[in-house]
Amino acid sequence: MSDLLQVRDLHVKFVTPDRTVNAVNGVSFDVKRGETLGILGESGSGKSVTLRSILRLHPEHRTRWGGSIKLEGDEILTMGRSALSDLRGQRVAMIFQEPATAFDPVFTIGHQIAETVRRHTGKGEADSWKRARELLEMVRIPSPAQRLKAYPHEMSGGMRQRAMIALALSCNPALLLADEPTTALDATVQIQVLLLIRELQREFNVGVIFVTHDIGVAVEVSDRIGVMYAGKIVELAPVEQMVDAPRHPYSRGLLASTVHDGMRGQRLEAIPGAPPDLAEVPTGCSFAPRCKFVQPSCVARPPDLREVGGSHLVRCVLAGAVEAGVAA
Amino acid sequence: MDSLMPREDRGGPAQPLLLAQGLRKHFPVPGGLLGRSRKVVRAVDDLSLSVAKGETLGVVGESGCGKSTVARLLIRLIKPDKGTMVLDGDPVDEPHGITVNELRRQVQMVFQDSYASLNPRLTIAETLAFAPRAHGLPASEARARVRDLLDKVGLDPASYAERYPHELSGGQRQRVNIARALALRPRLIILDEAVSALDKSVEAQVLNMLVDLKTELGLTYIFISHDLNVVQYLSDRVLVMYLGKIVELGSVEAIYGNPQHPYTRALLSARPSMDPRRRTKEAPIQGDPPNPIDPPSGCRFRTRCPFAEDVCARVEPPLADTGAQAVACHMRVVGSGHSKAAAP
Ligand SMILES: Nc1ncnc2c1ncn2[C@@H]1O[C@H](COP(=O)(O)OP(=O)(O)OP(=O)(O)O)[C@@H](O)[C@H]1O
Ligand SMILES: Nc1ncnc2c1ncn2[C@@H]1O[C@H](COP(=O)(O)OP(=O)(O)O)[C@@H](O)[C@H]1O
Ligand code: SF4
Ligand code: SF4
Ligand SMILES: [Mg+2]
Ligand SMILES: [Mg+2]
Repeated sequence: MSDLLQVRDLHVKFVTPDRTVNAVNGVSFDVKRGETLGILGESGSGKSVTLRSILRLHPEHRTRWGGSIKLEGDEILTMGRSALSDLRGQRVAMIFQEPATAFDPVFTIGHQIAETVRRHTGKGEADSWKRARELLEMVRIPSPAQRLKAYPHEMSGGMRQRAMIALALSCNPALLLADEPTTALDATVQIQVLLLIRELQREFNVGVIFVTHDIGVAVEVSDRIGVMYAGKIVELAPVEQMVDAPRHPYSRGLLASTVHDGMRGQRLEAIPGAPPDLAEVPTGCSFAPRCKFVQPSCVARPPDLREVGGSHLVRCVLAGAVEAGVAA
Repeated sequence: MDSLMPREDRGGPAQPLLLAQGLRKHFPVPGGLLGRSRKVVRAVDDLSLSVAKGETLGVVGESGCGKSTVARLLIRLIKPDKGTMVLDGDPVDEPHGITVNELRRQVQMVFQDSYASLNPRLTIAETLAFAPRAHGLPASEARARVRDLLDKVGLDPASYAERYPHELSGGQRQRVNIARALALRPRLIILDEAVSALDKSVEAQVLNMLVDLKTELGLTYIFISHDLNVVQYLSDRVLVMYLGKIVELGSVEAIYGNPQHPYTRALLSARPSMDPRRRTKEAPIQGDPPNPIDPPSGCRFRTRCPFAEDVCARVEPPLADTGAQAVACHMRVVGSGHSKAAAP
């Protein structure tokens, strides 16, 4: 199967008069059609910046790019204006944590979805509304005909999130970008929306990149998981391998410090310290100041992302040896 | 100086540290004719609870179910419409009891937003010294207390005392908030989503610290969170809320091991799976929680409950003791008329 999206050595730097943020420092990954890649990481690790780069949504004048992002072979980082608007409207759709950013509060949900359908398919008024209704049905919004007439603020959080998914799918995208779409939802609603995204992904055979800081959520939706730290993917693996046998010390720490069933009474294995400041370009492993396996070669130069077998990639000088160290 | 000493235990270990009876808080909804409306948000409705000395009582429920309102009522940041409170035998805000000020000294609170909780213009040392100074502690002793508090929450006084809040990470700021809550040597600390905004690796650091402080200082906690895993990790007993009401209350073993209320069960099985081979196949319940302005009649969960019957719409189920836990569901009330209830 050929890759839908190829990201190669992506660098994103924000430059303002008083400060520079090296938000993304060499990220590479692929996404296939019909596949979900989960991107897991803590606050500020560069998940959203990576995702928004795929739509080139960053302020042009103070963003410095490096590397390459190709959708079905077309380079996004150098794309002209009309191709870019095509990309944003037709080929790639995005859903967010806060649906308010996707909808205009002064128009009904139906109007906004029908309008998008009309723009992208050239369908007439009646057909666009019919399609909008089908889309609401598809995201399992009860009494969709009535809901078409609702304004965004008249819907509950879960319903708005479903409506946003309907809006995103209305142009039949090849790639869906999801930035923590369920983080603000209640537990009983979150699981409904996760299952919905999983189902629609199969139905539409769309590629999905799902950004989250919640391991459980990543496990529910992803085929593969990439763990980000300080603007780099430090480990990328099929979901089973990531959960059963994480190799990077940071991924291991993240999994160990996540509280789950049956940990009562045990002391948690916290990672000491905090993530680095992104003002400097890293000259060694960014995790070194917090890593209990650190050694001179870690800080001499940034470690490469290396394959440790079965499409499992790890960015650590000890890749492979870490397990032995932990077991000892 | 009396107000700066740790408070003595008064009624002995069997007397609850805090008792709340029939707390109610309804907020008027703005809008309506002439800006006046009869509609209210029924944020907390006739809620009673007791907190034992030295325990951690977990409070869970979805957003808007009234968790924070309960917390604010318990330290009287807001006044209840109805209900009474007793702190270690002393009625609160009553002629022969203790004042609200005294309550707020013995019961402290830590909020989710670590930044908004701190005055941006004060250094960490100034923030921590503020309450002890206001209670009459001399400056030199206050300085010593600040150092001690920073030590307790794992921040080196030499490098953190003179910093401002914006110079700290979220996790460090939350440590400062916890230190500030400890400044007057309280007995009970209410943690309202206190670790919810932290990254997992930092959350684990703060949870370990909370466990240590509790043992070291003999504290009692009310731990409010929407994260069921964290509540399970920390709590001895757990209270489950839905739309302003308690639906189930019991030991952590009972609530997680043998949940009785359909809502508790749904909440527990809505947790994402950590095992890719056993992903969730079906959402336990459909729809969103209803609006607390017009909660459903009878059992407030009935619009989402797979077992709802006629009686559930007509009669409000009482919080009935079933042995290991208390449950508010007609299926557990003998002779309630629900087809799954035992006959009288
Ligand atoms: N437009 C911008 N200008 C300057 N810095 C930015 C901009 N957008 C993001 N950043 C910085 O880039 C870094 C990565 O941010 P990003 O939003 O990708 O984090 P994230 O992994 O999505 O975190 P979270 O989990 O908090 O959403 C952060 O330090 C952030 O402050
Ligand atoms: N000051 C207030 N005015 C009006 N409504 C309020 C106020 N505080 C809370 N509420 C409402 O009361 C309900 C319970 O809120 P809250 O206790 O904050 O819930 P939780 O902490 O469980 O998320 C919600 O519907 C909320 O919008
Ligand atoms: S490269 Fe070195 S410092 Fe970085 S994670 Fe591996 S062992 Fe730790
Ligand atoms: S009282 Fe009725 S509606 Fe409420 S939880 Fe029990 S069975 Fe369900
Ligand atoms: Mg983000
Ligand atoms: Mg709250």
